[in-house]
Amino acid sequence: MGVEAARLALRSAPGAAPGTVWFATANPAYLDKTNGTAVHRALRLPGEVPAYDFGGALRSGTGALAAALAGTGTVLVVAADRRDGMPTGGDEAAGGDAAAALVVADGAPGAPLLAEHLGGGSATDEFVDRWRAPGEQRAKLWEERFGETRYLALGAEAWARGLKDAGVGAEEIDRVAVTGMHGRAVKSLSGRLGVRDGALADDLADGVGQSGAAHPLLLLAALIEEEAAGQAAGTLGAGRVLALVHLADGADVVIVRTTAELARWRPDRPVAAQVAVGADLPYGTFLSWRGMLTLEPPRRPGPERVSATAAWRSEDWKFGFVGSKDRTSGAVHLPPSRVSMEGDAVDDMEPVSMADAVGTVVTFTVDRMAYSPSPPVVFAVVDFDGGGRFPLELTDVDAERLATGDRVEMTFRRLFTADGIHDYFWKGRPVRVGASGGTG
Amino acid sequence: MGSHGIRDRVAIVGMGCTAFGERWDKGFDDLVIEAAQDTFASAGVTKHDVDAFWIGTAQGGMSGITLARPLQLQGKPVTRVENYCATGSEALRAAAYAVASGAYDVAMAVGAEKVKDSGYQGLNAAAPPNDGTARTLTAAAMFSMVAPAYAAKYGVDDEQMTDVLATIAAKNHYNGARNPRAQFRREVTKETICASPRVAGGLGVFDCAGVADGAAAAIVVRAEDAHRYTDRPLYIKALSFAAGSGSGLIDPGYDYTHFPECETTAADAYRQAGLTDPRRQLAMAEVHDCFTPTELVLMEDLGFCERGTAWKEVLAGTFALDGELPVNPDGGLKSFGHPVGASGLRMMFECWLQLRGEATPERQLRTDRTLALTHNLGGYPGEMVSFVSVVGTEPT
Repeated sequence: MGVEAARLALRSAPGAAPGTVWFATANPAYLDKTNGTAVHRALRLPGEVPAYDFGGALRSGTGALAAALAGTGTVLVVAADRRDGMPTGGDEAAGGDAAAALVVADGAPGAPLLAEHLGGGSATDEFVDRWRAPGEQRAKLWEERFGETRYLALGAEAWARGLKDAGVGAEEIDRVAVTGMHGRAVKSLSGRLGVRDGALADDLADGVGQSGAAHPLLLLAALIEEEAAGQAAGTLGAGRVLALVHLADGADVVIVRTTAELARWRPDRPVAAQVAVGADLPYGTFLSWRGMLTLEPPRRPGPERVSATAAWRSEDWKFGFVGSKDRTSGAVHLPPSRVSMEGDAVDDMEPVSMADAVGTVVTFTVDRMAYSPSPPVVFAVVDFDGGGRFPLELTDVDAERLATGDRVEMTFRRLFTADGIHDYFWKGRPVRVGASGGTG
Repeated sequence: MGSHGIRDRVAIVGMGCTAFGERWDKGFDDLVIEAAQDTFASAGVTKHDVDAFWIGTAQGGMSGITLARPLQLQGKPVTRVENYCATGSEALRAAAYAVASGAYDVAMAVGAEKVKDSGYQGLNAAAPPNDGTARTLTAAAMFSMVAPAYAAKYGVDDEQMTDVLATIAAKNHYNGARNPRAQFRREVTKETICASPRVAGGLGVFDCAGVADGAAAAIVVRAEDAHRYTDRPLYIKALSFAAGSGSGLIDPGYDYTHFPECETTAADAYRQAGLTDPRRQLAMAEVHDCFTPTELVLMEDLGFCERGTAWKEVLAGTFALDGELPVNPDGGLKSFGHPVGASGLRMMFECWLQLRGEATPERQLRTDRTLALTHNLGGYPGEMVSFVSVVGTEPT
C-alpha cells in the first residue's frame, strides 16, 4: 500500500525528485530491517536517496510529516498501516488499512507548491490509553473517559499553539480534519475547535476505517484533493486554510494554505474516487487475510523463503518490474534477459520499466491447488500495450467476471512470507473503472 | 551440421516395466530392482553383461550411484539424467547413442520415480533458491489455458469441447482397464468425467493424469547384434529431443493452441525415420496425455491430423483402440499415473509389447503396421521439453 500511495503521489508531481524517503507505520512488516527500502526500490529512486522508517507508534506518520515540514529538501513521506483487531472487537470494526504519501518540498517547476505550510503546534504527554505489546495483534485500552479527558486538554493546547504559529484564527480555518484512535475524544474535540459551520471534514472513519499511522496523512491528502476538485470546477478559490488535528499520545496540528496551482493539479485516483469503487469482502476471507482464521492449505509444499542474494541481483525486476528490450528487434523480455529470444543479440538490451504499463488479458485460469495467501490463484497471461507479455497472478479480481480482453495494471504486492522473509513482487489488477475519478 | 539420427543402428532387445500405482510397500530401490531384473531376464543377460547404464529420475536421487547402489554395479559407468517429465526418454536416448557411437556393446536405460513418498498431492518439484518472482502455478493450471484458446481459435463451443476432452479421458481409461500394469483399471464414463470437481480452470480431476510410483527399463545393443538376444527386437528409427527456450511464456505471438517443441521433434523424428504419413504408417502412438487438452493438441502437433481438426477426429474415434491410429493403447498417463522418470520408458514398453504381439489379448492391436511412436514432454505450454521416438520391428 505504501508503494501504491507513493507511486500515485510521484505520478501527480512528475517534477519532484525526493532527496529522502520516510516510511511510517505502526504495523511494520519487518523489525530491525528498514521497510522503507522496499518502497525505495519499487519507486526506483537513486541509491543516494536514503530511506528511513518511523516505526511502531500511531503518532509516527504525523511525526514524519511534521519533521519533513520543519526540514529542508524534498521529502517523500509515506505512511501505511494495517489495523488489526480481534474478531467482533471495536478495533476490528473501526479499523481500516490505508497508505498515504505526501511530497514535502519548497516547490519547483514540474512540482509546484499545492499547499503552503503555515504552521503547526503540538502537545505531548505520557499516559496510558492504548497500548500493544510487540508481536501482538490486539491493542488494549484503558477505560475510555481518562483518555478522552487527556486528549481534549492536549488537543486544545496544540490547537491554540498551531493557530498562533500559523497566524490565523479558528474562524479563518476553511476546512479541518480531526482524527485519532480515540473516537470519543475526536468527536468531543471536533465540536470545540471554534471553526465555522461546515468546516469540519469527514474523518473517513466510515468510508475507510481508522487507518492508524496512515490516517492523518490520508485525511490531509483528501482535503487537498477536494480543494483541487473545487478549484478545477470553479467553486473554490485558492488561499483557503486547511487544518489537520491528530490525537495520539498528545496532539499535533498542521495548518496549510492552498495555492492556485491546485486548479491545474490532477491527482491520479483521489481518495474519494477510490472509496467510491470499493468492493465487498467476505468476512471469512478478511479473517483469513488477517491471520485470524487459518484455512486448510493445499496439500502441497508451502513456498520456500526467497534467496536474499537472488532477490538482490534482480531487484530492478523484482521491486521495480523492469524488463529488458532488445535494441534490434524491440522484443520485450519479462523478466529481463541478456540473450534475446529473437535474433542473436547478446547483452544488447535496454531496461524497460513496465510498472506503469497497462495490458490486456489474453487467457486466464483459476488454480485451486497452488499455494497463495489468498486462494484460489487467479492467473492471467497479459500482453502489455507497447509490447511484452507476462503470465501473472491477478489480485482484487472477481474470477467469475474476468474475461479475455479485460484491462490489467500492475500493483506491488506481497506474494507470500516464508521464514519471516516477505516475497514482494508485482501482481496484475483489473483496471477499476471510475478509480481515476474522471478528472484526467 | 545436422540431426542425422541413428536409424536402424541400435535395437532394443529387452524391456521391463513394473506395475504403476501407490506402491506403498516398495521403495525407489525396490522399483528399480524390479524393472531391472525383468529387463535382464527379457534380454537374457545379467548385469555383468551390460557395459553402461543411464538412470532417469527427476527426484529419486542424484548421480549414477542412485542406480549403482541398488543394483550393486561394480565399476560401471552409470549416469543419472533428468529432463523434466521426459526424463525416462532421455535415459533411453543416452543409452542408444552410446551404443551407436561404438563406445559400448550393451547399454541399459532405467527410469524410476517414487512419487508417493512425498506425502503431497500431485507432482512437486523443489525449485532452486530464487528471487521469488517465478510463477508457482500447478501444471494443471498452466495446461488449462490450452482448451479455451483452442476452442476459441477453431470455433468449438463449450459443450463440444467438454465432450471432446471427456472422450479422450474415457478412451484412455477404457484402454487402461485392459492393462494389468495400469494404476487405474476401471472404465470411466463421460458423465463421471464431466461431473468431476474442478482442479484448475475448466479442468476436472478426470482431465488430469494422476501420480504413481513405477519404474521401467530397456537394454539396447547394436542392430547387427540384436538377434543374439531376441528374435523380435525393436529397431530404433528415430530419437528426437528439443528443449524450448521458454520464450512462449513471454512472446505475444504464442497462442496456447500448439506446442512448437513438439512440432519440431515430430518433424525431426519423421525425417530421421523416413516417415511421410505417420497417421497411415504408424501402428500406434503413445503420447504424453498429462491433461486431456494436451493429448488433443498433440494429435495436430504430431501430424496425425490437420490443424483445427483433432477435436473432430477424437469424436470420430480415430484414436481409439479400434480406430485408425490407436493412441495410448496402454491407457496412457491417465491410467498409469506419472512417475516422472519412468513414464517415457513405460510408453516404449507398450510399443515393445504391441509390436511383438505380447499385449494382453483384450488390447492387443491387430495390424500389419510395424512402426510405433512415443511422445514424451515435460514443462508447460510456452516452456517445454519434447521427445519423439519411432521404433519398428523391421530393419530398413
